[in-house]
Amino acid sequence: MSTSVATAGRRAPTTAHKHSLHRSRMWALWGSYIALGVFVIMFLIPPFYTLMTSLKSSAEISAQTGSPWIVHHPTLANFWYLITYPNFQRYYLNSIIVTVLTVAVSMVISVLAAFSLSRMGFWGSQTLSTGVFLTYLVPSSLLFIPLFQIVGWLGLINNFWCLVLLYPTLAVPFCTWIMIGYFSSIPKELDEAALIDGAGYLQILWKIFIPVAMPGIIAATIFAFTVAWGQFLYPLAYLYTSNQMVLTVGIISDLIRGDVFQWGKIMAACLLASLPPILIYAFLMDYYVAGLTAGATKG
Amino acid sequence: MASGTSIPIGVMTAGRTGVQRGSMRRFAQRRSTIAFLLCLPLILLIATFVVYPAIYAIYLSMLNKKMTTFVGLGNFAFLLRRHTFQLVIFQSCLFAITSVVLKAIIGFILAHLMHNIPGKNQRIWRGLLLVPWVIPLALSTLTWWWMFDPSYSAFNWVLNRFGIASVPWLGVGWIARFCTITVNVWYGTPFFMIMYLAALKSVPDQLYEAAAIDGANAVQKLFFVTLPMMRNIIAITVLFSLIVTFADFDIVRILTAGGPQDMTHVFATYAFQVGIQSGDIPLGAADSLFMFPILAFAAFFVLRGVTQRTKEIAA
Repeated sequence: MSTSVATAGRRAPTTAHKHSLHRSRMWALWGSYIALGVFVIMFLIPPFYTLMTSLKSSAEISAQTGSPWIVHHPTLANFWYLITYPNFQRYYLNSIIVTVLTVAVSMVISVLAAFSLSRMGFWGSQTLSTGVFLTYLVPSSLLFIPLFQIVGWLGLINNFWCLVLLYPTLAVPFCTWIMIGYFSSIPKELDEAALIDGAGYLQILWKIFIPVAMPGIIAATIFAFTVAWGQFLYPLAYLYTSNQMVLTVGIISDLIRGDVFQWGKIMAACLLASLPPILIYAFLMDYYVAGLTAGATKG
Repeated sequence: MASGTSIPIGVMTAGRTGVQRGSMRRFAQRRSTIAFLLCLPLILLIATFVVYPAIYAIYLSMLNKKMTTFVGLGNFAFLLRRHTFQLVIFQSCLFAITSVVLKAIIGFILAHLMHNIPGKNQRIWRGLLLVPWVIPLALSTLTWWWMFDPSYSAFNWVLNRFGIASVPWLGVGWIARFCTITVNVWYGTPFFMIMYLAALKSVPDQLYEAAAIDGANAVQKLFFVTLPMMRNIIAITVLFSLIVTFADFDIVRILTAGGPQDMTHVFATYAFQVGIQSGDIPLGAADSLFMFPILAFAAFFVLRGVTQRTKEIAA
């Protein structure tokens, strides 16, 4: 092989150069695939293990024999138990209610504000834009203790409606920021033409901006969904009875009783609870990634 | 925040001078009134649930446990003297800095690998690598907890297979710290990867071609073309991640609940334990307020750097 390349090289240097270039590129490509494969395997170990455990019976887990990485007698008993378990149904329903309302509230607030901040402006709107960005940098764990007091005054301790009030504070700043970016990229001529034709501002927003900025709206919606579905600190701090809990805390406080860990059921519950985000990302990931990276590059 | 609708300056484009100054002004005024009203829900939300709690937190942190007497900075002084809290400061910094550095490096490598493969295959690989980031963190941490289980855990079984003794993953301070960082890196790396990948795609090919003509090798291209072009996005991504990691609650709470011997507590979990579980709300508020100056400091410097560079590029 090498000799043939060498002789070819003596005869026609250009083709040999091309060959070696091609070959090094092939190597880089295959190397990349192999390295990525290794990373994918490492990254997917925990989800894989979740799936394996969720298919095991309690007896198989407590027997502690054989490899924990594979299922010897797969069973759907854990899933069936959870689907027919009233508490788990309750958590799921609560999560859905809280998430849907949070997404709706956050999107209305942030789309209106982004339209105003990107196009209309008023005294102090620049300061407000900066303020919105800085609010995004405030993490949920910074203010949960004063919020505990405020939620108490509102009489919403141990009531999942407090989450509907609080989650938008985590979602709205970033959603507004994404939407400002998308709205600013819409050419000004478009709304000026509509204004001359006698359209009102809300009409412009509804008929022009929202349809044109649909990718941004999808991205912002997914962000709000992710926040509301996965938040753990607020429900853990403010909810304590099972009829009010959402999935993240419900699974932990219900399926772990003292020292008894029903790992099969916990893992099955994790899978069922991760299903909505996984499905949403499977179909809409491109929009989300585009919105996220666009937001960051503009900042 | 913004006090109102009174002075609509610079709303309309200057230049259309003359004819109907009065009606123009009315139009501009009406316009800014509507603009303000559209922002009102946002302003109310942020004022009620972010600005007010922040001010209230400062007030709360200066009360005694029963919230009856004003103690000034007593809670802060008490916390700083406490050995557990000194550990908390150290561990929060260790956790955040180590995690962010590892996430940034691994994310960078992954983004480069991803950039090498043809575009049509990238989607599926990216989808697979994003899985850790898609699953709600509280739930995936439960799986990690189960994998770190001391008696019949996935990791210890593998170690035993190779003749290595079982490791008490979450039972010994430094190992537990390592575990929390591992989970965080696993969760956060995909975010860095997609940010860097977007940045890599935005670097114009001509720059690499020019560098190649000048005889630059791969390492030189990385340091003199790729990294300078990506500096802003790296800065922003690191800032986001630093804040989220520094304020992390889920991982430590579920994996170790701060133990063993408080050797994994971070600000958020310690505030939860002190403020909510032990009912000392002022002390908990004081604890989480310690995060604020550190985060503000990081945000200030990163954002200042980013604006400066943006101006340089524009100029």
